[in-house]
Amino acid sequence: MSGEKHHIVPYRLYFVVLIALLALTFASVWITSIELRDYTVAAALLFAIVKSYLVLNYFMHLKYDKPYIKIMVGFVFAIFLVMIVITFLDYLYR
Amino acid sequence: MEHAHHVEHPDMYDAESSKVGMWLFIFTELLLFGALFVIYAVYRYMNPDAFHLAGEELNRVIGTVNTVILLISSMTIAMATTALQKGHRNVAIGLVSITFVIGLAFLVNKYFEWGVKFSHGIWPGSEHMISEMSHGEILFFGLYFVMTGLHALHIIIGMAIMVFAVRGLARGKVHADRPSLLDNCGLYWHLVDLIWIFLFPLFYLIH
Amino acid sequence: MQTTAVNGANYLTYQGKYKGLLGWIFSTDHKRIGLLYLYSIATMFTTGVLLGLAMKFELLAPGKTIMEAQTYNSVFTVHGVIMIFMVVVPGLPAVFGNLMLPIMIGARDVAFPKLNLLSWWLYVSGVFLVLAALLFGKGSPDTGWTFYAPYSFKTGTNMLPAIFGAFVLGFSSILTGLNFLVTIHRLRCKGMKWMKLPLFVWTLYGTAWIQLLATPVVGITLVLVALERVFGVGIFDPALGGDPILYQHLFWIYSHPAVYIMILPAMGAISEIIPTFSQKHIFGYKAIIASTMAIAFVGYLVWGHHMFTAGMSGTAQYYFSLLTFIVAIPSAIKVFNWISTLYKGSINIQTPFYWAVSFIFVFMIGGLSGLVLGALATDVHVHDTAFVVAHFHYIVFGGTGFAFFAAMHYWFPKIFGRMYDKAWANTGWLVFFVGFLALYTPMFYLGMMGMPRRYYDYLEEFHGGNILSTFGSWVLATGFIIIVVNLVRSARKGAPAEANPWHGRTLEWTVPSPPPVLNFDKEPVIGENDGPYNYE
Repeated sequence: MSGEKHHIVPYRLYFVVLIALLALTFASVWITSIELRDYTVAAALLFAIVKSYLVLNYFMHLKYDKPYIKIMVGFVFAIFLVMIVITFLDYLYR
Repeated sequence: MEHAHHVEHPDMYDAESSKVGMWLFIFTELLLFGALFVIYAVYRYMNPDAFHLAGEELNRVIGTVNTVILLISSMTIAMATTALQKGHRNVAIGLVSITFVIGLAFLVNKYFEWGVKFSHGIWPGSEHMISEMSHGEILFFGLYFVMTGLHALHIIIGMAIMVFAVRGLARGKVHADRPSLLDNCGLYWHLVDLIWIFLFPLFYLIH
Repeated sequence: MQTTAVNGANYLTYQGKYKGLLGWIFSTDHKRIGLLYLYSIATMFTTGVLLGLAMKFELLAPGKTIMEAQTYNSVFTVHGVIMIFMVVVPGLPAVFGNLMLPIMIGARDVAFPKLNLLSWWLYVSGVFLVLAALLFGKGSPDTGWTFYAPYSFKTGTNMLPAIFGAFVLGFSSILTGLNFLVTIHRLRCKGMKWMKLPLFVWTLYGTAWIQLLATPVVGITLVLVALERVFGVGIFDPALGGDPILYQHLFWIYSHPAVYIMILPAMGAISEIIPTFSQKHIFGYKAIIASTMAIAFVGYLVWGHHMFTAGMSGTAQYYFSLLTFIVAIPSAIKVFNWISTLYKGSINIQTPFYWAVSFIFVFMIGGLSGLVLGALATDVHVHDTAFVVAHFHYIVFGGTGFAFFAAMHYWFPKIFGRMYDKAWANTGWLVFFVGFLALYTPMFYLGMMGMPRRYYDYLEEFHGGNILSTFGSWVLATGFIIIVVNLVRSARKGAPAEANPWHGRTLEWTVPSPPPVLNFDKEPVIGENDGPYNYE
């Protein structure tokens, strides 16, 4: 079963991804330091989501994995979102 | 027992099984932290001002530094998997070792960060917290200590796995055709990174 | 069909690296691990039954009969913890999943045999931790198995080992689920396509996902309770601003899906037994798979129906009530499928068949009474009464328990290579079934009349029903003894069993009884026209 050859990711790509991640980190520090009031968290989370997307796809090789693994990962994040939404059905309307 | 034979069990090694198994384990970790994020979200919704106020107490610089070094360590361990696939064993060992050292640096930072909090009288159940802080702030710091503490515990576990990975590499048990231990070590480390990517803005950047 | 065993040794008799008992507790053979689980779970089940009998004896008459209120609180807590975390949650997956899953998909073992052994060791460690909570320290836990905050960190009893034990048991459950998922994904033999998997395997698949995605939530919640107890971290403590209802949310995010961890493999076992004893293709194979996955998924989203009276928002209550009614649909689909499979089948009435049919009967009563609890208005009336106790015992004991015995009698000849005494097995079933009905049916009535649960005492007007219920518990215990004695004796002295005594069509019946060490001499191949339920 070890016949399946892995995709070898070049070092350079990892470095490029790192630069992108660092840029996003500083961007999120910057954007949260200006007064956006209610949108601060939303902005910070947006950057975090983009960063996690990069980590999942490149560092964790999800981009090169078979579809069923991608589906599983997507499913787990969906379940987590649903869990939050349902919990908030209680807290938002109390 | 007339036919008592020595039976060797088959080697069930399969790189993809290992990978899927690790992913499934990562899912459990995601939901473990997920539950904490649910708690965070609920309490933040209930105490927006207190969370805002308490967030000011955290040191942005240390948080940012830790984010940067954790991202770098994620890159180095990802490169280690590439090195192994190319057959460069020593490069792989070197890269994992660097990752290990960076993990250690993260913990040292964390130690000083917590130390400052402790010296201000802020720790779970402390006199100062209970008598001087609002409920929302107590919840914020409770979650702060639990979530960053649990995250630090995962850093330590990740570093322990690195020790095994380096040992496997050095002994030739982990090689280009049998890379699962190193790959999974990397996946686990990225998970630690992934969680920090969310912890960082939620605790340090909500002013 | 029959293949010869490797050098004549089967999994019961071969010798690996270690001898004697060590050869069992350090074995990575999935079948040996399955048996280890069987023995440990049977031990814990017997303990739980004894505690249950003690409670029923206490309720024989109003006022103190044999124990004080505090003792009663501890007894129902420990009964719950043992029965939920140590018996029904691991139950069918850990025992029959381990024993049969790899054979049913044509594999030599599970994907991670060592991890499998670790699961069992964690299970045993968890058991000992919880037992330590009983025997040492300041009294055994008295919170109920739900460990509700804030009482769970205020009570002076010995909570930490119990909580830690539950955590370790959860970890064991996660690892089993993980192992099964990878096994089903990666180790199916040639030609074993997803739509050719036996239904028991499909239900284990759904169950494993729930184990994997729900257990961590309760794990961290229990850790938080422990941290509150030890360090005084304010998370759920209302005195520090916490919200105890949030604890309930997180607890039930696991513990409601846990009900489906218990019942799905039970449904899977029934879906194997019904077609075998009808000698007919299962009706609606794909519908059963779809309903299994639907239960697994929707079951994840209905946890709040345990909290209707806890102070949730109205919106959340409507939502949870609606989804609760929706999740009943796939369960009903399965019942229709089983009944339709029986229709015009050539039915062979044997002990597993009795258990399976009685399963359908009690499961339907349990399921329908669940709708009474899922409806907002009626729930207010019967919440926290004996009605609830009757409902979930009909589901968990009548469902999972009956299916466990059904599976036990179905796969027994395969597991031990011997056949049990059928007359005694049938007698045991009948006595057990009658006892079960007498034990729990009165509790529906008592609950409707307003008898609360979790009290060692009750009003005089509830006396009659309680006498019948206690009497039922004795009948049930008698049936249990008959069953166990018969099975234990038959495992040692029963007549040798054939490879396929029930004429089943799934792969486990193609190997000798008991199976050889590596299951198959050569990897089986499933042809284009083969299927798990292709009867003539």
